[in-house]
Amino acid sequence: MSDTDEQRRQFLKTSVGAAAVAIAPGMLMFDMAHGDTEPVSSKVRWGMLIDTANCADCDKCVKACNKENGLSGGLSPTDSQWMRKVELKDMRTGRQLALPMMCQHCAEPPCVDVCPTGASFKRADGIVLVDKHLCIGCRYCMMACPYKARSFVHEPLHDQKPDVPRGKGTVESCTMCVQRVDKGKIPACAEACPNKSILFGNLNDPDSEVSRKIRTVASTQVRADLGLDTGIRYQGL
Amino acid sequence: MLKLFALLATFLICAPAGATESYGMPKLDIGKGGHCVAPTEWMRVNHMKVLFKQRHETVHQGIRGSKYSLKNCVECHASLRDNSVIGRPDSFCEGCHRYEAVKIDCFECHSSKRSTALAQEDTK
Repeated sequence: MSDTDEQRRQFLKTSVGAAAVAIAPGMLMFDMAHGDTEPVSSKVRWGMLIDTANCADCDKCVKACNKENGLSGGLSPTDSQWMRKVELKDMRTGRQLALPMMCQHCAEPPCVDVCPTGASFKRADGIVLVDKHLCIGCRYCMMACPYKARSFVHEPLHDQKPDVPRGKGTVESCTMCVQRVDKGKIPACAEACPNKSILFGNLNDPDSEVSRKIRTVASTQVRADLGLDTGIRYQGL
Repeated sequence: MLKLFALLATFLICAPAGATESYGMPKLDIGKGGHCVAPTEWMRVNHMKVLFKQRHETVHQGIRGSKYSLKNCVECHASLRDNSVIGRPDSFCEGCHRYEAVKIDCFECHSSKRSTALAQEDTK
């Protein structure tokens, strides 16, 4: 082998080495980026079926919601309520009924339609949220919501939960415990229900427990006449 | 030639460190500190950009577990005295933001406390 060949080989070796050193940190970053979870997809639609049969003397779901999300639990007009117990009475027959009411996570959410800044939005997996970074506190969404599901934060807050940021001047509502759902857990209300009456799952998966139950029992959407296609359904209304 | 290169390299490495010392930067309580997710100099310049990107991805697309997250910042850098990154002139976030006169409004909504410390309080 000639001297020139040897030199060329040496040059190639060093170049490859240098290239490897240059690329390695990039590869490392790429590997670390895999710590991120995948973006949510529309293959999933989260929803709930709530059986109202045992709701009469129980408010454990509301308490669990308040605890999970750091809400005060107060009932004054300026206190946030993400989930409330509604009691109904048919005046003609005297039949009484209680049910938990919260954001219905509509497929066609009116709160999203009216939001002037894009703060109110629906995630690909059907969860309706407020991006409080974008919310200007105009409260159009509160007026648009037929379920009275949203609250406005009137006072400065302290000691919020690290996973549930909340702040003065923004609108908020049930997030279907998005911080738990993203970790593969079920919402706090569903977990707390002593009768397992809140069934949480993927409405798009025909084999999920909630889909199978919806197929077999009679369930209704509240204000189905509005055509919002709510993610929350009630049994026994 | 090699000597010159070595000299240049040493200068490049030392220069940023020297620069930060000379302007009377605030002395910060860095909490647990340790190995940051990116070099300190880079984080000083770019932390707001990566946090901005991460917040959008997490809120709108549900991407969790990013190494750039405000919760992670607080977890390492909250003071060991009061478990907070704000509230004192030498607090990790507030120290620099006061020095630079940049309003910091993250913590009007986000928790400034170390989450493990809060979890301990809860169980008490």
